[in-house]
Amino acid sequence: MLSVKGLCKSFEGTEVLKGIDINVDKGDVIAVLGPSGSGKTTLLRCMNFLEEADSGSMVFDGKEYSFANVSKKEIGELRKKTGFVFQNYNLFANKTALQNVTEGLMIARKIPKAEAERIGRQALLKVGMSDRCDYYPSQLSGGQQQRVAIARAMASEPEIIYFDEPTSALDPELTGEVLAVMKSLADEGMTMIVVTHEMEFAKNVSNKVIFMENGVVVESGSSRDIFESPKEERTREFLRMTDF
Amino acid sequence: MENRILEIFMESFPNILLPGLTVTIPLTAVSFIFALIIATVTALVQFADIRILKQIARFYIWVIRGTPLLVQLFVVFYGLPNVGILIDPLPAAVLVFSINEGAYCAETIRAALESVPKGQMEAGLCVGMSWLQTVRRIILPQALRTAFPTLSNSLIAMVKDTSLAANITVTEMFMTTQRIVARTYEPLILYIEVGLIYLIFCTVLTKLQSVGEKRLGYYGRKVR
Ligand SMILES: Nc1ncnc2c1ncn2[C@@H]1O[C@H](COP(=O)(O)OP(=O)(O)OP(=O)(O)O)[C@@H](O)[C@H]1O
Ligand SMILES: [Mg+2]
Repeated sequence: MLSVKGLCKSFEGTEVLKGIDINVDKGDVIAVLGPSGSGKTTLLRCMNFLEEADSGSMVFDGKEYSFANVSKKEIGELRKKTGFVFQNYNLFANKTALQNVTEGLMIARKIPKAEAERIGRQALLKVGMSDRCDYYPSQLSGGQQQRVAIARAMASEPEIIYFDEPTSALDPELTGEVLAVMKSLADEGMTMIVVTHEMEFAKNVSNKVIFMENGVVVESGSSRDIFESPKEERTREFLRMTDF
Repeated sequence: MENRILEIFMESFPNILLPGLTVTIPLTAVSFIFALIIATVTALVQFADIRILKQIARFYIWVIRGTPLLVQLFVVFYGLPNVGILIDPLPAAVLVFSINEGAYCAETIRAALESVPKGQMEAGLCVGMSWLQTVRRIILPQALRTAFPTLSNSLIAMVKDTSLAANITVTEMFMTTQRIVARTYEPLILYIEVGLIYLIFCTVLTKLQSVGEKRLGYYGRKVR
């Protein structure tokens, strides 16, 4: 469904991504693991064009896009087929929970208000936030905000959702509620790429794991293989460090 | 003696207040609305980082903030006729006040736009909105809310600055007062009186500002 080939990205001369290849099939839940600074966030941001990659290409739905010269229109098209969940939620501060979900439907996709609100309420129901439709982000806890952000990302029925450490800004008690929502999304067959430090999630929810370090994919494969018989010494070391 | 002063005060009060209501306030209101439009556009082209427009914006702000308002009024009203451009006093005042205030408010709004966290724009793009849609629906509303107190401040300053329009023959409150002084030779009481009326206007605006701030709210956060 989606593949990335030879993605390279430098910041001011420092190469942060050194030729990343990724293959995503429909329904995959891919956990991206790796030490801090390995380029996980940058990878997701490049894939959604929040960062401009230097080279490489991406095939999405059979259509090829070159990172170095992709048009604004193509970026817009691609973004409408994807969802993005940020580490620090990034809910629209001037919009209520419901408006946060309906905004992209009404403005970007021209769905009529009544229909957008129906979809929005349903999405909020799914993440267990239907009793907070009219709350502003500042009135919600971190876990609640992240659940609204997930509702926002999934409401437009994207083909894939990118998650950048969706739980690392949360207290341990709140982490669970967000992971539960993500698990139910995965169970429904949503395709997801999840940058995470939650090993439990990577092991039990995701079906594939990508281990990154220093801007390269060190090892990738099915979750079982990576956790039970990692081939690379670095992967083993990383898993040992995180107690898995 | 006391009686005469009281009499002049009472008698002149409606005469000074009237041009206040019919000239000072409309002049301020109209100029400020134009100023906000100019300021928003000027701030946005800088925020959007459109090369040439940004340079024009910086040049405009540089010139306007670097020269006295009174000089700007004189250039437009007494200077431009030299090149065949004659503008009536009131439109000339509106023009100068709008352009002048626009430069200051542009900086206020630009700073407010830049204070909106970057993630708000990224989230807008990620839900499929365009840059412009995100600015219009998400960034600008938040920025204007942030800018509101400072813009109110500018508005209050502008009410008083309109007295400079007397210099280009606009018969606003201050010029009317000067005329009454010329007739009665009571500068002390009359200038205090006009000052009081400005004070009343500004007090009303200050009240409106705090009502406005409460009404705008802070997205559900309680303001006390
Ligand atoms: N905007 C930027 N400008 C310059 N360097 C950057 C920028 N963003 C990221 N980097 C650098 O790129 C490298 C990869 O950063 P990235 O945020 O992708 O890592 P990460 O794997 O997500 O780390 P973490 O687990 O801590 O979130 C880091 O060395 C970082 O300093
Ligand atoms: Mg990161």
